[in-house]
Amino acid sequence: MTDPAGLQDRVRDAIASQRALCIVGGSSKRFLGREQHGDPVDMRGYSGVVDYQPSELVITVRAGTTISELQSVLAAENQVLAGEPPEFDGNATVGGTLACNLSGPSRPWSGSIRDHVLGVRIINGKAEHLRFGGQVMKNVAGYDVSRLMAGSMGTLGILTEVTLKVMPRPEATITVRRPIGAADSLKAMNEICRTPLPVAGACWYEGEMRVRLAGLASVIGPAAERIEGGRVDEDDAFWWRLRETDLPFFAAARDLWCISLRSNSEHFERDEDWLIDWRGARRWLAASRDRDALHARVGDAGAELWQLRGAASGADVFPERGAAYRNMLLRLKQALDPGGVFNPGRLYSWL
Amino acid sequence: MSTAQLENPASVVALAASFREFLDDRHVVIADESKRPYECDGLSVYKQLPGLVVMPSSTAEVQKIMQLCHRQRVPVVVRGAGTGLSGGALPHPDGVLLSMARLSKILEIDPDAGLARVQPGVTNLAISAACAPHGLFYAPDPSSQIACSIGGNVAENAGGVHCLKYGLTVHNVVQLTLVTVAGEIVTVGCEGLASAGPDLMALMVGSEGMLGVVTEVTVRLLPEPARCRVVLASFGQLEHAGDAVTAVIGEGIIPAGFEMMDSHAIRAAEDYVGAGYDTDAAALLLCELDGTEEEVAHGIEQVTAVFRRHGATSVRVSQNEAERLLFWKGRKSAFPAVGRISPDYYCMDGTIPRRMLSRVLTGISRLSGEYGLRVANVFHAGDGNMHPLILFDESQPGELQKAEKFGAAILKLCVDAGGCITGEHGVGIEKLEQMLDQFSDAELAQLNAIKEALDPEALLNPGKGVPTLKRCQEYRSK
Repeated sequence: MTDPAGLQDRVRDAIASQRALCIVGGSSKRFLGREQHGDPVDMRGYSGVVDYQPSELVITVRAGTTISELQSVLAAENQVLAGEPPEFDGNATVGGTLACNLSGPSRPWSGSIRDHVLGVRIINGKAEHLRFGGQVMKNVAGYDVSRLMAGSMGTLGILTEVTLKVMPRPEATITVRRPIGAADSLKAMNEICRTPLPVAGACWYEGEMRVRLAGLASVIGPAAERIEGGRVDEDDAFWWRLRETDLPFFAAARDLWCISLRSNSEHFERDEDWLIDWRGARRWLAASRDRDALHARVGDAGAELWQLRGAASGADVFPERGAAYRNMLLRLKQALDPGGVFNPGRLYSWL
Repeated sequence: MSTAQLENPASVVALAASFREFLDDRHVVIADESKRPYECDGLSVYKQLPGLVVMPSSTAEVQKIMQLCHRQRVPVVVRGAGTGLSGGALPHPDGVLLSMARLSKILEIDPDAGLARVQPGVTNLAISAACAPHGLFYAPDPSSQIACSIGGNVAENAGGVHCLKYGLTVHNVVQLTLVTVAGEIVTVGCEGLASAGPDLMALMVGSEGMLGVVTEVTVRLLPEPARCRVVLASFGQLEHAGDAVTAVIGEGIIPAGFEMMDSHAIRAAEDYVGAGYDTDAAALLLCELDGTEEEVAHGIEQVTAVFRRHGATSVRVSQNEAERLLFWKGRKSAFPAVGRISPDYYCMDGTIPRRMLSRVLTGISRLSGEYGLRVANVFHAGDGNMHPLILFDESQPGELQKAEKFGAAILKLCVDAGGCITGEHGVGIEKLEQMLDQFSDAELAQLNAIKEALDPEALLNPGKGVPTLKRCQEYRSK
């Protein structure tokens, strides 16, 4: 059984022996970022619900709890962790999900786990067990260390406990499907999303746009009438596979890029290589491309390019944002992990 | 490291001359009478004239100012509209007050992508006004929204009455441009939502101007809901209203706004604006529902039933937009209304888990007796953020100090109930001591290490937000 005191000992030993630690949850997100090195710290043994107050919409769990477990506890109270974080065959943990900040098709409307985290406990690089944030939605005491952890991929400390805001589970979903080209779908999706409809997904895949509505059955029925296309009352399997990156598109891709950009940015290249999600704000490209050239194509100020498959061994896969940004990250790393023991090189070669 | 500050008038004049090389004379202020408007923010019990005031109008000018101040180790306090309530924009006597008021352009509205790119001095309300023709709005709506700036909202992670459903500033901002203390320009966040690496944008939001200077903000815009109605309910007992709030959330309803007022606040507001509130009630709830026509109709039915079940003495539903605004008018003018029944008031900002409401209100009422000061309660019931208004008279010797002690005791109650010392006003200069109720020394040391990482010489808003180690020791030994 893993416990915080044992984890603190591990960190102390690592500092003393100057050995790197590799923080591991369910090992479900190895595909993201760079290769992991160091002595494994297995977090799966530190799991379970610490406190759950359904009427407060707040739950606190240990970091090794799987997303699947969490969602099933919440489902018993008709609640859900919004944003559809992937579960990866039941392996994804809450700690890993926050550390990578992955989310599913509803992100533009429901946010990601980063939007729902209220507080965390972490072990920092001095082996101190600290608490930041809390269990209330509004809290501006101190810097937002909880959200700083989102996307940090374990480079700033070991997450031991996470407090999350949860939401009521939508009663039903309806999907409207329309055959359309990729470029036209971008226009259509953004137009639909400008209207006050209970949208909870908008994607384009294999020549078809899908728009999902979620909420009360009596509400989404009439709402679906306002969208042109064929109505499907039950398309959850598709959305599940999209969330889990489990569609044939992903399986077939030898090279895979994930581009985050303004949702109405222009479409480019041939349709077959693309899967568009998040109403256009996330675009998956399955094609071999030169990183710099692709970056030049999409890389205006607000876009980000991630390489998920096909990168040369040891290469950086996340975008560089210039020297000042890099300096900020390095200094924050130093502030939280002065000995550099947590997941070195996992996020960037230089961090 | 100590800062080489503007300790003598000569150095002020010299620095002003350097600023005037790229800023118009009018935008570099050194005369006392012209600096007077900047001596305090919305928490006017703290006052201090700055060394000088500078008013840039572009990121490039901010960059030059920061480079100069950094080179000469001059402290910089950034100020938005000055509506803050924790003394966060209190000037430094030997430093520069960096006013963002002239950075007030809306740079771009992209209605299709639902984004607006604005300068930090733009007021919160101006953003919604500018995108209203497109049927869009910017969700966070702090009560000062007519005057407060988006840059200040970012610095404080401002909320408002709609944040239970629509989130805080941190949920509605997608990208920030900032100038570091050394005068470098950095962009954090991403217009496409997913950004790799630690969430530096979230770290900036709510950091009270202590980690960088925000010069551009990209916010998310939402479609205006098709329908919006409010349920107004009176209760004979505070506890009943508190339980009703918990029950509504427990039913799976997420109201767009959910507010509570106690009898002092009800009567003050009713006398002031005549919103039609029941002045015999011990508590009043305002519950706003928005969405499609069907969604709102369903919600109204559910909420009304819950209120009746929890002993509401009257339940009214707004029948038209005019009535909806009237119901809100009382709540929205609660602070100035309370201002009319007392020479001064001190506004607190603790947050608690909703289920602790009765316990905390009982505690506040007991403290009110102990300190001999009245208190009116206005409460963002949906998210547990309470604003007890302590009524006092500053002209009475010792009464301000008594009010401050009473306030500190209320915040302690909030922390003990599992809550926090500030929901949306920030720590500023005001709640430094209460940070010790919230955090351990190791936690405060970690927060200070973050500050030091991004501002090694403590030039950005020094002495605010997080107590230094030295001050921690002083407070703990008190």
